[in-house]
Amino acid sequence: MTDAANHDSQSPARTLDADAVRRTAEGKHADQSSLRRFLLNHRPAIGSFVVLVVMLACFYAGNPEVFSQWNMYRAVLIGLPVVLFVVVPLVYVVTVGEIDLSFPSTIGMSGWVFALVVQAGFDPLLGILAAAATGLFLGICVGWLVVYANLSSLIATLGMNFMLRGLIQINTEGKSIALVTLPKSLAYQIFGGQYFGIPVQVLWALLFVLVCSLVYNRHRFGVHVHMVGDNPDAAQQMGINVKLVRLKTFALVGLGAAFAGVAAVMINYTWWPTSGDGYLLPALASVFVGGTAPWGGIGTILGSAIGSFTVSFIQSGVVGAGLSGFYVQFFYGLIIILSLLGHRWNQVRYR
Amino acid sequence: MQNRIIELKDIKKSYGQVYALGGVDLHMDEAEVVGLVGDNGAGKSTLIKILAGAVRPTTGDILVRGKPVSNWNAARSREAGIETVFQDRALAVQQTIIWNIFMGRELVGPLGFLKVRKQREEAERLMREIGFTSKVFGPSSIVGQLSGGERQGVAIARAMYNQSDLIILDEPTTALSLTETAKVFHFVRQAREAGRSILFIGHNIHHVFDISDRFVILDRGRVALQATKAELGSAEALVRFMEELAHPGGTGVESTGGTV
Repeated sequence: MTDAANHDSQSPARTLDADAVRRTAEGKHADQSSLRRFLLNHRPAIGSFVVLVVMLACFYAGNPEVFSQWNMYRAVLIGLPVVLFVVVPLVYVVTVGEIDLSFPSTIGMSGWVFALVVQAGFDPLLGILAAAATGLFLGICVGWLVVYANLSSLIATLGMNFMLRGLIQINTEGKSIALVTLPKSLAYQIFGGQYFGIPVQVLWALLFVLVCSLVYNRHRFGVHVHMVGDNPDAAQQMGINVKLVRLKTFALVGLGAAFAGVAAVMINYTWWPTSGDGYLLPALASVFVGGTAPWGGIGTILGSAIGSFTVSFIQSGVVGAGLSGFYVQFFYGLIIILSLLGHRWNQVRYR
Repeated sequence: MQNRIIELKDIKKSYGQVYALGGVDLHMDEAEVVGLVGDNGAGKSTLIKILAGAVRPTTGDILVRGKPVSNWNAARSREAGIETVFQDRALAVQQTIIWNIFMGRELVGPLGFLKVRKQREEAERLMREIGFTSKVFGPSSIVGQLSGGERQGVAIARAMYNQSDLIILDEPTTALSLTETAKVFHFVRQAREAGRSILFIGHNIHHVFDISDRFVILDRGRVALQATKAELGSAEALVRFMEELAHPGGTGVESTGGTV
């Protein structure tokens, strides 16, 4: 390294310059081939897809007869939209560096509003709007607590989850609402029911996934979500309204939870006061099984949607493969841990 | 002078009784690199903050392209084409170079969706302009994969966006290795070739001497010396002058700088 030796003595300017020119020398930057770039960019999503395929293969090997029947998958698809509607917005919240545990009660609350509106004789389409407004409002409330009242999102959203569920229980005293007229309505024909064995709700949920994925990767809001989660100080310095971006992600979870609430009611025309409760841990697990990083700044909507299918399938899969229901929780845990280990190895955390 | 981007005249800044700056003159012309040196507490950072509009001088005049500007603030500073790259660089390291260059001012269509191709072309142009090109990375590479000097390149490219005339680099080579420093120097020289002027702040006198055309040495809130590279002659002269400032007349070191 004569260059380095020269540096302190004679003409450092010239040696340094020559060095620089050699190293950063021109030539067109050769970006990787497009296939390679695609694989690299979607590494987490591809990883979660591999997890799904391996899991399905294992189940299939366990009991080929059951798993070659479409009914097996349709049963999972019916419940899947409820999960997808919350998992996708949760990816935004996790990317921005926060967490939201209040969505189960938001599902319950907005489903309740939907049920009340329909029960009062209004059109279910109006009910959906009312539910959406409720979810949005609750999401903004939760977001305000975290962003502007500066509470820890873990604790504040947990508290909100209990409080909202408590409000439901106080008012309904545990009674459910059955909506017998719902299957005949126009709204149900659009948003519920099945065509050719495929639950229509799944298609709406997939549309939601696609739109959210597009916004996440190609819209200014999605970019800002990444920036705030990656380096909030830098985002602030470059003129991004960090607090507003955070608030919007919570509002989005509220909106998604409202759709989930309506979807849950549409499955069997009944709203229960516990509606949404069971989704807390599976939905959160889906986000991370799908390959979204727990530390914020990066994530994948498509991967987490695939993760939702994986997690939703575990229960039916384990039983369908011939194991008793006692194995379900064990397999939940196993698949979550294995996926996280896989993603850990798959993605580097840059600092 | 018509190519004068900005001129500070007799700038004073006091915090209560304490003078951080006690009457500083500084001007920046087009396409020049000015090295700003001084010990800790000499007033370098106060001066940068005044240029960036983050701090208001207590008294003094600021002229942008020859015209005096009142109500100097951060917005005025940006209007004047001044961009500051702070020491921490303010990059989102898990994102692409493109996204970092356009952070907070993305090019979007009417619905708010990114103009992906336009951003890419603009990023490529900016990167070419400062010679920030390579075979191993491109505009869609993740910033976290880059070395320290290359990350500085991202920050400089971002500062060049918006047709900025003056880029302030606050200790860009601190904590960088020799080769990384060389990369940063390359970017700075390319930016000067492109007509931008750069105010280069550094602690390493040799680095500052290598890269700058002109020097402003601050000492306890005053300009102790303004000189061109030719007037100083060598980095050693600058070092001797700095030592003389720190230990006036004490060590018997011959003072050359003071006579300039």
